[in-house]
Amino acid sequence: MAAPMQRSMLKLLRSSSAALKRSFSTSRVAASSSIIQHKKYSTEPHFSKYGGRTTVTALSGDGVGPELLSYVQEIFRYAGVPVDFEELEINGSTTDEETLCSALLSVQRNGIALKGNIESKFDEPGFKSMNVELRTQLELFASIVWCKSIPGVYTRHQGLDIILIRENTEGEYSNLEYQIVPGCIENLKIITEAKSTKIAKYAFEFAKTHGRKKVTAIHKANIMKLGDGLFLESCRKVASQYPDIEFNDMIVDNASMQMVSKPQQFDVLVMPNLYGNILSNITAGLVGGYGVVSGMNIGDDYAVFEMGTRSSGRSLKGKNIANPTGMLLASCDMLDYIGCNKHAELIRDSVMKVMSVDKVQTPDLGGQATTLEVIQAIIEDIKPKTTSWLHA
Amino acid sequence: KMTDGLFLKCCRHVAEQNKDIKFKEMYLDTVCLNMVQDPTQFDVLVMPNLYGDILSDLCAGLIGGLGVTPSGNIGQDGAIFESVHGTAPDIAGEDKANPTALLLSAVMMLRYMGLSPYAQRIEMACFDVIREGRVLTGDLGGSSKCSEFTEEICRKVRESE
Repeated sequence: MAAPMQRSMLKLLRSSSAALKRSFSTSRVAASSSIIQHKKYSTEPHFSKYGGRTTVTALSGDGVGPELLSYVQEIFRYAGVPVDFEELEINGSTTDEETLCSALLSVQRNGIALKGNIESKFDEPGFKSMNVELRTQLELFASIVWCKSIPGVYTRHQGLDIILIRENTEGEYSNLEYQIVPGCIENLKIITEAKSTKIAKYAFEFAKTHGRKKVTAIHKANIMKLGDGLFLESCRKVASQYPDIEFNDMIVDNASMQMVSKPQQFDVLVMPNLYGNILSNITAGLVGGYGVVSGMNIGDDYAVFEMGTRSSGRSLKGKNIANPTGMLLASCDMLDYIGCNKHAELIRDSVMKVMSVDKVQTPDLGGQATTLEVIQAIIEDIKPKTTSWLHA
Repeated sequence: KMTDGLFLKCCRHVAEQNKDIKFKEMYLDTVCLNMVQDPTQFDVLVMPNLYGDILSDLCAGLIGGLGVTPSGNIGQDGAIFESVHGTAPDIAGEDKANPTALLLSAVMMLRYMGLSPYAQRIEMACFDVIREGRVLTGDLGGSSKCSEFTEEICRKVRESE
């Protein structure tokens, strides 16, 4: 074997065995406790609470991330939300190890984060994607994007309610590439039984908790017989433990086609990393685009909330036209996660009312309003509902 | 970074040599998002194998499905044009199939061979028949047979001479 191939194989073996050890130990902890929550996403979260207020890490990101995060904080103030933000500036230009370490430490300390997307410079091969590093280091194994049709937002397909659960830490994003000879590059896609089983189990538990009837596994096992074949097999094994939930599988290209022509057939989807990326974006486009979908990354110990399409909105920065809904809905999901259900409902109701009923919509939804106008409208809707803003 | 990075570098290199054609790079997920919202912004897309597989099926879904989508495989020494739908064993031999996909693939083949006028005539005839909507096969919402649909296209081709 060529030397670079040996090195990468060693690295692969070491990282996958370490991952296996970690997944076994955390599954034992998870099995021994369960906390009832309004929306059950994780088994044993911990938060930084002081004086009744929870501290949440805010990772600024690039593009419209910083401005949207500041709007979230403003709305939280008006709604009297007992959350304080520990703000960290991390974006495409802060590429040093130190920034990444402080971000990781902060999330590990607080247990939760709200995040803007960080751009990855693809021109520099040695440069690691900060987003991927955050997800793998914090072991946020599941990415959940809940795409629901919104009344008042015109889309071709209506009445959609699809949950996309994507494996978040391996697959094509394993970052194992090397040049065999100049002009020829090999990329290793890693699929492990442990992680595939874990994500499948999470998907079925999620479906069970939320009363969903069908889980569909997306793969390309006809071509990647061993890799995607292992993923599919793991899903099938987990499916056999949930006889009440219907399970089927679909090849990713067929799934893409079905998603645009007959999306109503899908309920919960479970997918490896890349296919999850593709299908989440397709489905997000079907319900209204980048601006209205929120996403969450869940691990055994930590959770990070962000916009569902993970777009940084570089071209929209500073123009006051970005849609803040996605980030606001993500912050509401975060509030549900930490148990502030009343506040989550309050803000979510206002956001949805402004978008669906009052139709104050940004250009991406076909409206004429600016970001500030949308935020103002939401604040005006929140004000009469709570008196605590007087004391903020 | 290295695999797709290399692909991107090669595309950029060729784009440099063809400055009269606008070249744009986009992330795969952004394309998926924009494709379902406003596909008219796209003209020609070039991509590696897996993304092409997924995106071509995605776009086929947007225009009416695999039953009307043509395709061609081009190599240095030869080319194969084919329809990408399944073999439909359940309707084989019953004169029910929609020939559009294979017909449009044949039109692509004629263009590849340099017989564009013929290709144009046949393509126009095919689109006219579908647009008129009188003679359509089952999958397009009609009740005509495959042979009737074909005969209608032939009639249109004869008329256009």
